[in-house]
Amino acid sequence: MNRTYLGEFEEIVLLGVAVMQGQAYGVVLMHEIIEQTGRSVRLNQVHSALQRLEEKGMVKSEVGGSTAERGGRRKRLYTVTAYGQRTLQQIQEVRDNFWSRLTSLLKPAFG
Amino acid sequence: MKTSDKYPIKPPLVADRLLKWILASHQYEIIQGDLHEEFNYQVKKVGERNARWLYWQQAMGFIRPRYLRRQRNLYSSSSYFSHNMIRNYFKIAFRNLIKQKGYSLINIGGLAMGMAVVMLIGLWIYDELSFDKYHQNYNRIAKVMQSASVNGEFGAGEHMPIPLRDVLVTEFQDDFDRVVMSSWTREHILAYGDRKFTKTGNYLGAEAPEMLTLKMMKGTRGGLREPASILLSESVAQALFGQTDPMGKIVKIDNKLNVKVTGVYEDLPYNTAFREMTFIAPWDLYVSSEPWIKSNANWANNSFQMLAQISPNSDFEVVSKKIKNLRLIHVPETASFKPEVFLHPMSRWHLYTGWDKTGKVEGRIQYVWLFGIIGIFVLLLACINFMNLSTARSEKRAKEVGIRKVVGSVRSQLVGQFLSESLLVVAFAFVLSLLLTLLMLPVFNEVADKKLGLPWSEPLFWFAGLGFSLFTGLISGSYPALYLSSFQPIKVLKGTFRIGRFATIPRKVLVVVQFTVSVTLIIGTIIVFRQIQHAKNRPVGYERNGLITIDMNTPELYGHYNTLRSKLKETGAVEEMSTSSAPATSLNSQNNGFEWEGKDPNFKEQFGTVAVTHDFGKTVGWQFVAGRDFSRSFATDSSGMVLNEKAANYMGLKDPVGKIVKWNGKPYQIVGIIKDMLMGSPFEPVYQTVFMLDYNWANVINIKLTPERSTSESLRKIESVFREFNPGSPFDYKFSDQQYALKFATEERIGRLASGFAILAIFISCLGLFGLASFIAEQRTKEMGVRKVLGASVFNLWRLLCKDFVLLVIIAFIIATPTAYYFLDNWLSKYKYRTEISWWIFAVSGAGALLITLLTVSFQSIKAALINPVKSLRSE
Repeated sequence: MNRTYLGEFEEIVLLGVAVMQGQAYGVVLMHEIIEQTGRSVRLNQVHSALQRLEEKGMVKSEVGGSTAERGGRRKRLYTVTAYGQRTLQQIQEVRDNFWSRLTSLLKPAFG
Repeated sequence: MKTSDKYPIKPPLVADRLLKWILASHQYEIIQGDLHEEFNYQVKKVGERNARWLYWQQAMGFIRPRYLRRQRNLYSSSSYFSHNMIRNYFKIAFRNLIKQKGYSLINIGGLAMGMAVVMLIGLWIYDELSFDKYHQNYNRIAKVMQSASVNGEFGAGEHMPIPLRDVLVTEFQDDFDRVVMSSWTREHILAYGDRKFTKTGNYLGAEAPEMLTLKMMKGTRGGLREPASILLSESVAQALFGQTDPMGKIVKIDNKLNVKVTGVYEDLPYNTAFREMTFIAPWDLYVSSEPWIKSNANWANNSFQMLAQISPNSDFEVVSKKIKNLRLIHVPETASFKPEVFLHPMSRWHLYTGWDKTGKVEGRIQYVWLFGIIGIFVLLLACINFMNLSTARSEKRAKEVGIRKVVGSVRSQLVGQFLSESLLVVAFAFVLSLLLTLLMLPVFNEVADKKLGLPWSEPLFWFAGLGFSLFTGLISGSYPALYLSSFQPIKVLKGTFRIGRFATIPRKVLVVVQFTVSVTLIIGTIIVFRQIQHAKNRPVGYERNGLITIDMNTPELYGHYNTLRSKLKETGAVEEMSTSSAPATSLNSQNNGFEWEGKDPNFKEQFGTVAVTHDFGKTVGWQFVAGRDFSRSFATDSSGMVLNEKAANYMGLKDPVGKIVKWNGKPYQIVGIIKDMLMGSPFEPVYQTVFMLDYNWANVINIKLTPERSTSESLRKIESVFREFNPGSPFDYKFSDQQYALKFATEERIGRLASGFAILAIFISCLGLFGLASFIAEQRTKEMGVRKVLGASVFNLWRLLCKDFVLLVIIAFIIATPTAYYFLDNWLSKYKYRTEISWWIFAVSGAGALLITLLTVSFQSIKAALINPVKSLRSE
C-alpha cells in the first residue's frame, strides 16, 4: 500500500468535507468538527488542514458564493477528490480489519 | 445598507487592517470572510464583547508562514540585479551622454570643477589643521609667552627673559619635562672649505632635538650636547658636503665659530613652524660667542624665544595658571602693565597666532572657516546644477520611462536605473576632478604658499573621495530618480504629460542661491583688491627702486665704513651707501625712556628707534618737511635726531626743529622732520620713529644703485668689492621693492584665492543657468511659435525669456548685498588703514552679474526666438 499518510486532524477534516458534499468551507467545517468532537478548534487550524489536503490532492476547491454575514466576501468551497475518497476508504478498511480481529480477542474479556 | 442593518456590529477594525496588510493577498479574502462569518455567529452566541476578543484570537492564529507567504508569480519576476538590465542601463546611459554632448559636458564638467575645488580646499584645510603634527610631542609642546596691557591695549609677545628658564626648570620641575631657549630663526653663513651658503637656522638648547623629535639620518639627537657642535638638515648637509660624509667635519658659522657636525636630521616638512630651521647650533655656544647676551641675561631684557614641553600628566591651562605671576614676582615694578606669563600650545601656533587689543584670540583659523564655507558652497552649487539639469531634461526622458513601464519595469527598477546613471556621471566627474586637481595643484600651491600633493597612498583620501562621490551621486541623482520614475505611462505616452507649474519653483530657488553666492564673492573680491590697492597707493616716504640691502652678519663688515663706501662709489655702480640698524622696509626696534619738553609724566611713550649714518637719508631718499638732514659739516649732529612727522605730532611739539629730546638721559637735538616713512605694515598707521646717528649700531648695509646702469652689471661690481672685504661669506642681497611687496603677500593671497573661487562659482552658476535656459527655451518652443505667428518680434521673445532670469538675479543681488557688506565690513575693520566700501562696488557687481546672466540666457533665448514657427508648430 502506497499512499500519503494523513494526520488525525486531517482525517477528521477530510471526513467533514466528504460529509458536507461540496458545501464545506472554513467556518462551517470548524463548527461541525467542534460539534462532533467537542474539541476546541481554531479557524487557522482548519484552514491549514484544508490547504495541506489540497496540496496532497485529496480535496479540490473553488471560490464561490458570498453572503452578507461574510461582508460580501466569497467562500472557498471544498469537495473530496476520488483520491481522497479512496484514501478514506482505505483507512476505513485498515481499521475494520483491525477491529474485526480485536473484537474476537476482546470478546472473552467482555463476556 | 442592508448588510449593515442586519449585521450592525463590525469586527475590530485594527485586527482587520493588520490582517489585510500582513496576509498574502491571494488568501486574504477567504480568510477574512470566514473570520467575519465566525464573528457574526459568535456575536449572537456570546455577545459582542466576547466575540471581539475571540475575533482577535482567531485572527492572530493566522500569523503563520503558511498564510503570510506571498503567492509565487507564474511569470518571470523583475530582477533588480539582473545582469542584462544593468548592462542595458549602462548602454542607455552612455547613449544619452553621447547623444547630448553639450549637456553632458556641462553636467560632468561642472560637477568635476566643483569636486576639484572641494578637494583643493579639503587638502588645504587638512594641511592647515595638521600643521606641526610632525613633532611627536605635538600635544605637549608650548611657547612660553607673556602678555601685558599698555595704555589699556592688550599685547602678547614671545620675547622672553633668560632667567625665566631657570625658574621654570628648578621651581616647576614637576610640570615641565624640558624648557629650551631658542634664538630667532635667522640667516647665518655656513662655510665648509670654499663652499659657503647663507642658511636659516637657530641656536637651541641641547634638549631641543628630543623635544622636537627630529628624525636623525646620521648621528644622534644627543649630538647637540657637545659644546661646539652643529646639527644639519639633510638638504644643508647635501649642499655643503655633497656625497662625502658630513659627520665630524668642521663647519664655520658666520665666519667666526668653528663647529663640528654631530648629526644630520631629516628636513622638517613645509607644514611645520620650524620649516626654515635648516641647521641647529647649541644655545650655550651662542651665549659664549655673543657677549651682550650674558650681560643682558636679566629680567628686564626680553630677547629670546622659550620653548617648553610639559610633563605627560599636566595640561597647559593648569601650568599656565601656575606660572602666571612669575614676572610680577620677579619684577614687581611692572605691576601697572598687568604682566602675565602663559603657555601657547603648539596646536594653536599656526591657526591662533594673534591677539587683538582686548585680548581676544584671532588668526588663520578665520581663513580655515572662510574657505571651508566657500568649499561647501561651491560643491553645493555644482550639486544644484547637476540636479537642475537632470530634472530639466526629464521631459526628454519621460517617453523612455513610459515605454519602460509598459514593457514591465517596476518603479524601483527605474529608480535604480536613474541612480546608477547619476553614479556613472559622478564617477566620470570624480576621475575628471582628480585630473583637474592635479593640474591646478601647482598653481594653487603657489598662490596659497603650500606644498600640497594628492595623498594617493592614504586610505582616508580614497575613503573620503569615494564616499563623497557616492554621496553626491545619490543626493543629486535622487530627485530625478524619484521624480522621473513616478510618471504615469499612459499620460506620458499619450502626450498629455505636462510638468506642473510648481515644478520650477525649487529650480528657481536654487538659481537664486547660486547667484547670491556668486554676487557675494564678486563683491568680496573687488573689495579685497581695492584694499590692497589702497595700501599700495600709500605714500611710502622713500625711494625703494634700485635700493638693495645686505645683512651685516660677519665681523669683517664692521669698522670699514668709509673705505667700503668709497670703494663702492668708485665702481660707478653705486650712487650712495649707508648702514643702519634696520632696513627701510622693516622697523625692528621699539623703545621707551624718552623725555621732551611738555611731556605728560603719566604718558607711557614708545618710539621706533633706528640708528643710521650720515648717508642714510640720501640712500633711501628722505623727504624733509622741516629742518635738514644729518650733515658731516655740523659736528654737533653726532647727537642730532631726525623725527618722522608722526613722531613730532605724537610728542605734541609745535615747532620741533632745534628742540631737545632726551633718551635714557642722553640729550639729542632735533635737526629735521621727514615725511612719514612706511617701514611697518602698509595696513597700519606709520609708527612714530626717531633716527639717530650711530655707526656701530648697524645691522644692514643700504645701497642705492646708479639708476642708469644695468642692475646685473652693477651687482657684479658690488659683489667684487664685497669679495675683497668679506671673502668668507657669500654675497647675498635683497631688493627693497621686493621686500616691500612681501608685506602684501597675505592680502594678495586671500585676494587671489577669493577671486579664483569667485570665478569658479560664477562659472558653475553660469553652466547651470545655461542648462536651465536651454530647457525653458525648449519647453516653450511652441509658445514661441504661436507668438511669432501672431506677430511678436525676436526682441519681444528675447525679453520674454530673459525676464524670469533677470528677476531671479535681482532677488539674489538683494540678498547678497547686505550679506557681503556684513562680512567685508568685519574683515576690513581689522585694518587700521582701510578702503571704504562704496556703493558703486555693489552696483558694479550687480551689473556684472546681470550682464553675465543676460549673455548666458540670451544665447539660448535668441536661438529659440529665431526658430521658424513652421518648424516648431509642424507637429500639431
